[in-house]
Amino acid sequence: MKHVRISSAAIRPDQELAALEGLGGGALASFTGIVRDDGGVTAIELEHYPGMTEASLYRLIEAATARWALLGAVITHRVGIIPLGAPVVVVGAASLHRAEALEATAFLIDRLKTDAPFWKRAHYADGTAQWVEAKASDEVRAERWV
Amino acid sequence: MKLVYFASVREAIGLSSEEYDVPQDACTVGDLVARISARSQAHACALQDLSRLRFALDQNMVAGDTLLGTAQELAIFPPVTGG
Repeated sequence: MKHVRISSAAIRPDQELAALEGLGGGALASFTGIVRDDGGVTAIELEHYPGMTEASLYRLIEAATARWALLGAVITHRVGIIPLGAPVVVVGAASLHRAEALEATAFLIDRLKTDAPFWKRAHYADGTAQWVEAKASDEVRAERWV
Repeated sequence: MKLVYFASVREAIGLSSEEYDVPQDACTVGDLVARISARSQAHACALQDLSRLRFALDQNMVAGDTLLGTAQELAIFPPVTGG
């Protein structure tokens, strides 16, 4: 089970992960990214490259499936305006035992950060907005998986 | 070729996409970006620092020295910040 979804509506982690529960595995690991209050941020806005986004996320799932014995994996990413406290991304992986699901989940979110064509703009309480700069630490984390 | 811009590059140029006739002597992505820079002051401003730009040819991430070949679409954007 490999599933990629881009949503302009709110996402519910439990709903995105439900399909991974019935695959017969003993392990389901997941990561949820949430909009945090980073110096007065009220919302973030996500822009993406339709078509390339879905293909790049699917390629990441294919790479994870080739590397670990997974029963399934999902990536759901929200786009548009996302309010403080709401989920931005949900990544999940299911496997027979925990090690594969845990490692694959870390791989998927680390590589999503550097490989998938999304861009984030932070909106602040005073009405201003600013594009978020890529972090060198994200590159370092993604390189762990090369 | 179709040029596609995202995020801060899109805003600086003021367009999300445009058509462009690729000059005969533009062989690589970097060559082409240099030629696109000459289109207007806004293009020059958006594309001046290659180290802060990333590229996708036909929706695959590529480096600046990649040959254009028969690609139909070049996307130019800042480093990605999803997740």
